[in-house]
Amino acid sequence: MPKGETTIFVCQGTGCVSGGSTELYSLLEAELAGAGAGNVRLKRTGCHGFCQQGPVVVIGPERVFYVKVEPADAKEIVAAILAEEKPVQRLLYRDPVTGSIIPHYHDIPFYREQERVILRNCGNIDPEDVDDYLAAGGYRALTRALKEMTREEIIEEVKRSGLRGLGGAGFSAGRKWEACYRASGNEKFVICNGDEGDPGAFQDRSVMEGDPHSILEGMAIAGYAIGANKGYIYVRAEYPLAVHRLKTAVKQAGERGFLGRNILGSGFDFDIEIFQGAGAFVCGESTALVRSIEGYRGLPRPLPRPRTSEAGLWGKPTLLNNVKTLASVPHIILQGADWFAARGTERSKGTAVFSLTGKVVNCGLIEVPMGASLRKIIFEIGGGIQGNKTFKAVQTGGPSGGCLPAEMLDIPVDFDSLTSAGSIMGSGGMVILDENTCMVDLARYFLDFTQRESCGQCIPCRLGTRQMFTILDDITKGQGRPGDIELLVELGGIIARGSLCGLGKTVPNPVLTTIRYFRAEYEAHIYEHRCPAGVCQM
Amino acid sequence: MDEELAICKKVLPFYSTRHHLIPVLQELQSKIGYLPEKVIVEVSRHLRVPASDVYAVASFYDQFRLQPLGRKRIAVCRGTACHVRGAPQILKRIEAMTNLKEGETSPDLEYTLETVGCIGCCALAPCVRVNKEVFGEMSPERVAELFDVFGEEDGNA
Ligand SMILES: Cc1cc2nc3c(=O)[nH]c(=O)nc-3n(C[C@H](O)[C@H](O)[C@H](O)COP(=O)(O)O)c2cc1C
Repeated sequence: MPKGETTIFVCQGTGCVSGGSTELYSLLEAELAGAGAGNVRLKRTGCHGFCQQGPVVVIGPERVFYVKVEPADAKEIVAAILAEEKPVQRLLYRDPVTGSIIPHYHDIPFYREQERVILRNCGNIDPEDVDDYLAAGGYRALTRALKEMTREEIIEEVKRSGLRGLGGAGFSAGRKWEACYRASGNEKFVICNGDEGDPGAFQDRSVMEGDPHSILEGMAIAGYAIGANKGYIYVRAEYPLAVHRLKTAVKQAGERGFLGRNILGSGFDFDIEIFQGAGAFVCGESTALVRSIEGYRGLPRPLPRPRTSEAGLWGKPTLLNNVKTLASVPHIILQGADWFAARGTERSKGTAVFSLTGKVVNCGLIEVPMGASLRKIIFEIGGGIQGNKTFKAVQTGGPSGGCLPAEMLDIPVDFDSLTSAGSIMGSGGMVILDENTCMVDLARYFLDFTQRESCGQCIPCRLGTRQMFTILDDITKGQGRPGDIELLVELGGIIARGSLCGLGKTVPNPVLTTIRYFRAEYEAHIYEHRCPAGVCQM
Repeated sequence: MDEELAICKKVLPFYSTRHHLIPVLQELQSKIGYLPEKVIVEVSRHLRVPASDVYAVASFYDQFRLQPLGRKRIAVCRGTACHVRGAPQILKRIEAMTNLKEGETSPDLEYTLETVGCIGCCALAPCVRVNKEVFGEMSPERVAELFDVFGEEDGNA
């Protein structure tokens, strides 16, 4: 390795930290200090996305990719750099399919097939150092927005980019911004939804941990465009590291004049407060989230009600966007709507970030252009199914989504295709299931989750989820009755129609899609008292 | 004055409105370990929010505890990725080892066993968190190892 300017990037995402990367960092620091290696820089980064291979260390500029690094490896890593030797062979990534060593980051199939827009900085900059963000082009979009663009032009640009909300529903971001801009009132708010309640998803966490300034920048641009001076980031309770990184970023941005009063001399004031959720899935829903910040139980507001964009937080016009939606904004402002819209499909522009997990070989965080096929994601990026098992289904959208079978592998992943197949895009959870996963057990699992998380306010959701869970529980215990499948379908329809909020309206999806695509498995449980996947004991 | 009220006295002046209700409960719980009745009453007085409302909020959100927790808080992740990779078997094993059911605390306040929606370490599924530390790629066999590494730190801290 050349001695010139080498940087050691040590991943400090939650996954790698649990594998000991904090200690690894300290030991690398000590080794470098001991060797007096002034020309080697050591950098903490956010998540590289390949968490399963963690702790991950990347050596630049060539981007040699070390995996499963132990603290004890620090000595050897530093020695190899200083002696300008070949990289430490046993730490290099080995392709699980071919078994051959792939030394460089960009040659690894997991990364090679991705296109990183939202995640571009994750893993490449120190999330606790604003200078790193600035060096990567950070806050240039905010500068351009404030100095060169009118509020209307910004909204037009976001509209033209075709950006759709990445929190699940896929509502046009530009139209939402416009509605907030038009709403009357001299006090408005911007809220970033970082609640990420879907079990099995961590893409928003990785952005908050790995590139927090991009969210702040997106929020400030949004605030300027709609006329808000205050923003809140609602972060899930289980993400202490994300909270820490966001708070550090807010402080640093304030010190550099990117937040606070009279930003960049433009006369525009904008402050951001971090609000920690307290562990309620339903608080990801817009009106429940607002109630939670106000200091109440997170109960969604019954219809009819005004839109949050007209009357949200404390009754004021409020713009609520997902973490990734807001993190996309600086790129759109800087590189233009056309650049952004060049990616994706006719009706879903840009990229999508997924947490690829479950029975797939390469688990981790990925980003692809909208419209990439499930097959490409699972078999090229994901490397196929673990342990030579067969693919059975893919679950997207968490408890509000559904399971799609092998016949659907070639559908493009975008908002509309997934919805018409009976699932949803969701916020980005993608769990791969193999022959050893029982679909009835999985449906039972989701209903167990939602019946616990139902806020209890409306009857279809509170009692309906309980009933569905009980029926599914019976089926998995071999006590299913003829007619149960029809009953589940009927109940599902009633809950979806009768519930107050998005939680109840989508709760039946995991059950209805598994019945639609895997009905025989339900029948085997009910009529033959047999679990084909061998999961349910009966 | 008793210790818990002393903590309230120190913490409460930093908070003033209903909007602070969740943050104040979070801070008090992180210092005291749980939310005893007298703390709920203090918060209610200070923020001028009815005690029934404070209780309503404290009991609605999963994060808040109305009972003291064990020194070692074991949280088994029940995220989807963890579920399909065997979290139920791990929970069962820990239940057997600690003689506790999900949600229970041992009478000597040594262990609390809980489940959590998703830790967000899905690529390392299945995961277990002990106090603040996350352990990935668990198996029923490795659960026993976990019990060796439990240090002296306190789950309430
Ligand atoms: C039960 C429920 C949970 C939700 N959870 C989240 C969440 O965790 N994160 C999120 O961004 N949106 C979540 N949403 C969607 C939000 O209500 C809202 O549509 C979204 O935050 C808007 O941002 P976007 O337009 O940028 O997608 C949830 C909706 C429902 C009904």
